[in-house]
Amino acid sequence: MRKYKESIMKGLFFAAACVLILAVALICLFLFMNGIPAMAKIGIFDFLLGRTWKPNNFPPAYGIFPMILGSIYVTAGAAALGVPVGILTAVFMAEYCPESLYRLLKPAINLLAGVPSVVYGFFGLVMIVPLIRDTFGGAGSSMLAASVLLGIMILPTIISVSEAALRAVPQSYYEGGLALGASHERSVFFVLLPAAKSGIMAAVVLGIGRAIGETMAVIMVAGNQPRMPAGLLKGVRTLTANIVIEMGYAADLHREALIATAVVLFLFILLINLLLSIRKRRAG
Amino acid sequence: MEYINKRPLKQKLRAYKRSPLSLALFLLVVAATMLTAGILLFLTGYIIVKGIPNITPELFHRQYNTLNVSLMPALINTVIMTLLSLVIAAPVGIFAAVYLVEYAKKGNRLVGAVRITAETLSGIPSIVYGLFGLLFFVTALGWGLSLLAGAFTLSIMILPLIMRTTEEALKAVPDAYREGSFGLGAGKLRTVFKIVLPAAVPGILAGVVLGIGRIVGETAALIYTAGTVAEIPRGKDFLFDSTRTLAVHMYALAGEGLYVNQAYATAVVLLIIVILINWFSGFAAKKLAKA
Repeated sequence: MRKYKESIMKGLFFAAACVLILAVALICLFLFMNGIPAMAKIGIFDFLLGRTWKPNNFPPAYGIFPMILGSIYVTAGAAALGVPVGILTAVFMAEYCPESLYRLLKPAINLLAGVPSVVYGFFGLVMIVPLIRDTFGGAGSSMLAASVLLGIMILPTIISVSEAALRAVPQSYYEGGLALGASHERSVFFVLLPAAKSGIMAAVVLGIGRAIGETMAVIMVAGNQPRMPAGLLKGVRTLTANIVIEMGYAADLHREALIATAVVLFLFILLINLLLSIRKRRAG
Repeated sequence: MEYINKRPLKQKLRAYKRSPLSLALFLLVVAATMLTAGILLFLTGYIIVKGIPNITPELFHRQYNTLNVSLMPALINTVIMTLLSLVIAAPVGIFAAVYLVEYAKKGNRLVGAVRITAETLSGIPSIVYGLFGLLFFVTALGWGLSLLAGAFTLSIMILPLIMRTTEEALKAVPDAYREGSFGLGAGKLRTVFKIVLPAAVPGILAGVVLGIGRIVGETAALIYTAGTVAEIPRGKDFLFDSTRTLAVHMYALAGEGLYVNQAYATAVVLLIIVILINWFSGFAAKKLAKA
């Protein structure tokens, strides 16, 4: 009887592990099954490189190139703002921070990671957008607003992962730097940082992944006009925003085109994950 | 390290005078940290200051309508949604981790596959989960926009998180515990349930709490799976009623533009929940460190 129970439970544990694989398989299956035919119907190049998205026109135009560019630009802007600040803050946390301050700062950064994206979006809406409108003119809802907000949102990811990477570098590297007459700063920046490079790259890639996938916060501040990005202060629509905004009323080919948009987004993320795991394998 | 940091100020200044680059780097680091801390303080402070005065007793009324956009139904729905998602995700995630750590033999092909899928799952944007939920649970299984469809979507989303934290917690249990249990004649199953899992509880709890945090803050995955109806599901088929959680409620309020004050208040409530969750997970982690 006991043996019986053992093998049943083992089977159950095994099944639980398989649920994860099943989930990924189902997600791929359902997205691709609904998305790929639409891409074929529209024409893969017309879909990916088409410069107009007018699903309600006759004939409708389903080009998501503006949204692809929008996602890339907004993410690049977020990385340009968030990465340097994040890495420098991580350096402070790992190599400068006095114990007493650390006990305040660390939970604060964890809190920043836990704040829901709607709250960030709302903050952007009532704070960043008016600020940009008043300083630079224009509508305020813009690529700049989205980049700034996403830059803030990826900070905690970049800080925590880079800090862990810095702490994983053996202390002897740092001491070696000092022994060669380098100052504290020089040892940290020219010995520790290069040694922690692969971990910091992972932090950046994770941050970029989060920025590309972010939806609600971006919708609330980006303006969402489905046209080719026209400038920092002009509105922009990302891939994620395109799905959420139009899924509510889309039908037929329009609906499938939106699912195909999600397929493109999914492939973006898979590509990023792949890069990350290749780096990890090379480092390991 | 300590010695370097505890140099007297005068000596530090002299060193910086010799090396302007070091000074510049030092200033950059401090400036970046102050910027991060400033953003955090400003963000939370702004929302709390603007939101607290808007928290009124009416907001906690049982009924939601256009005159009084009460957040109470959404708050209760959030609790129901969280519990339901955890009931689905926690056993699967914990059992999967038990298989990976306790049962799978070294070099087992499945372990690698599960790790890769878990990594993939944790990278997928929430809107893609939402779309999948719409295609699979809502449409293919015919559940409609419902509590159940939302909960299943969310549970897939937090599955990798719970599995990975449980895995770490199980790995942290010393082998001596297992050997001691086997030595006393216990079987594998009994060892897992009576010895290993109880010892790993704080770590597992930390993962579950992180999962709760993600559920509470989630919007994009819920809009097209659980819908946006601001009522508490009730009756026999309550699992198939459409519901809105607090985060979705807040998105709806902010999007409509008519209820900005109520949106501030909702933001404060969300923020307080997140702070409580963070505090609790920090507490669990401290317990873990002690054990």
